Amino acid sequence: MRSVSFSRKLPSRAQPNSLAALPNFRRGETCLARKLKLLGLFLLSVGVCAQAQSPTYGLGRAPTAEEVAAWDIAISPDGKELPAGSGSVAEGEELYVQKTCFVCHGLNGTGATAPRLIKRDVGEVDDPWDYGRVLPIRSPYATTVWDYINRGMPLGLEGTLTPDEVYSIVAYLLFLNDVIEEDMVLDQDSLPKIEMPNRTNFARVPDWFPGQPRLEGYPY
Amino acid sequence: MSSKQSDRREFLKRGAALAGGLGLAAAKPASGQLPDPEGMIVGTDELVGYGKRSRFENSQRIPHGGRHSPDAFGLDFHIAAPLQESVGVITPSSLHYVGTTRGSFVPDIDPAKHRLMIHGLVDRELVFTMEELRRFPSVTRLHFIECAGNRSRSSHTTVQETHGMTSCAEWTGVLLSTLLEEAGVQDGGEWIVAEGVEEVKGASTIPINKAMDDCLLCYGMNGEAVRPQQGYPLRLLVPGFEGIFNVKWLRRIKVVDQYYMTYNDYGHLTQDPATAALGYQIGPKSVITFPSGSQRLPEPGFYEISGLAWSGGGKVARVEISTDGGRSWQDADIRGEPQPMAHTRFSMNWTWDGNECELQSRCTDELGQVQPSRAQVAAFWNQPPDQVRVKGQDNSIQPWRIDSDGNVHNAIS
Ligand code: HEC
Repeated sequence: MRSVSFSRKLPSRAQPNSLAALPNFRRGETCLARKLKLLGLFLLSVGVCAQAQSPTYGLGRAPTAEEVAAWDIAISPDGKELPAGSGSVAEGEELYVQKTCFVCHGLNGTGATAPRLIKRDVGEVDDPWDYGRVLPIRSPYATTVWDYINRGMPLGLEGTLTPDEVYSIVAYLLFLNDVIEEDMVLDQDSLPKIEMPNRTNFARVPDWFPGQPRLEGYPY
Repeated sequence: MSSKQSDRREFLKRGAALAGGLGLAAAKPASGQLPDPEGMIVGTDELVGYGKRSRFENSQRIPHGGRHSPDAFGLDFHIAAPLQESVGVITPSSLHYVGTTRGSFVPDIDPAKHRLMIHGLVDRELVFTMEELRRFPSVTRLHFIECAGNRSRSSHTTVQETHGMTSCAEWTGVLLSTLLEEAGVQDGGEWIVAEGVEEVKGASTIPINKAMDDCLLCYGMNGEAVRPQQGYPLRLLVPGFEGIFNVKWLRRIKVVDQYYMTYNDYGHLTQDPATAALGYQIGPKSVITFPSGSQRLPEPGFYEISGLAWSGGGKVARVEISTDGGRSWQDADIRGEPQPMAHTRFSMNWTWDGNECELQSRCTDELGQVQPSRAQVAAFWNQPPDQVRVKGQDNSIQPWRIDSDGNVHNAIS
């Protein structure tokens, strides 16, 4: 295989839409005003900031904190948005039936119409990737499993699970896939720390700049 | 009385006489050899309000990707556009390809109730109604979208199967950068997470450089509102990036400090860094849509070879056509002005001599990236020629073989 590099450089050719032409969209934050504000010089900062950061069109309104909390279901790999709550494997096993997951995904996480939830039966493998594209085993972070079940399942009744229920079901699915022990309880601290087998098994996406080729050294 | 008027009077008199005896149909000219319409389309309030294509036009999308749409749950998965019948560069909204990550219902959204929230690492969190979004300065641009799974296989017989998971439309909306500047992106805001309202609330992580460059929040498509299957009332367009990034039914953009590894991200990513890079921004690509698989040339003679070219790297700079299986190449004509990240129509005048031959097309984009043959891909990655696997998004050259009887076949091995 020829070597290809993932350049962080800007494209050498001057493109009309090169980075240099990008609006300076971070200007606002690094402005002197923020630092002054931190120093408590509030009045002064209002004046400076208003110039550097005021909106151009003044359309839209500010959401309330409750609105943001209700809408914001994206969970990052570090789990900072995870809500309080906890759940065990045993509770998850019950909920898997109670919440009708089994109807679509099968009693043992496979064999029904919806995608399988347990790893493929391939025995011991050197590369955990080979267990297949099955969220609770392929995902590099347990947070992605939590996030997806919370936002999208059970299909048709999405958004009805409580945080405790989601922690429990995630625990059960990770247990079924031999990722965690049966006695483990998951909460906002323990869940992001789970070492998923594919944790370091995903390629990084390249940094992207306007006008750059797909892959440096690849002519196609 | 002018002669014109007297002619007309004469005509009416004769017409009345004929109508009495023979009915209106008999008033046709005696020559009678000109093709006549089958009849007249009866006007209805419906047709007056919103037009319809001719009943003789039956170009159709098809379920694609090995799973029926709608499936057992009523989810749409992959639906391919009939490129073999396409003309020009715009895919009609009703025929635009549809892709969802693992199947999705199509939400029925009342635009009066729809909201877009921008929050996260911004100076001002903002919520917009559709009405407010329409008050921002708008842009209108041609852009293609293409599914990561748009991959030609030897089992495919038509260009709809080999390439139908791409389409091009005229999109109208607000630049995402306009809204992000309005909100004020803070230091450390390196990514955005864009999220839809469908049942699984599909979300993708997108680099802030792209978000600030040319992403578009679209409410318009081909001169009217975006269609429900395309994300009504609001969809994100990420020009040149793979289809999955173009979040439909957009309700939320969160500016974040890290790659969030959403369900969509996770399912899309791979182990190999080269594959990941090549499955991000779409490469230079083209396909001949006429003559293409399952079509037939009725006889030797003149034909216009026609096709579509596009690239996620910018404008199409050049398209070449080979009629001898890639041994020699000729420049095709570009029809119209190529637009960045948009389908570009190309064509070439050609006289078929009736012998078996193989047609190919090759696109070069403004970055100088050239569409590869499958053999070139194999050579680059040291793959056995009989087991070529194009890494990332498949932009390899599509060969069509024309048999001496005029039938056209997919020549991918
Ligand atoms: C009505 C059928 C149905 C029910 C009930 C259901 N699911 Fe699903 N599930 C699906 C479908 C279909 C998908 C594929 C995604 C899609 O098409 O939206 C899916 C996807 C998933 C996935 C991702 C699988 C993967 O590897 O990509 C997980 C995890 C999941 N479901 C968990 C659950 C859990 C936990 C429950 C119960 C709380 C549940 N599902 C209830 C139909 C269902």
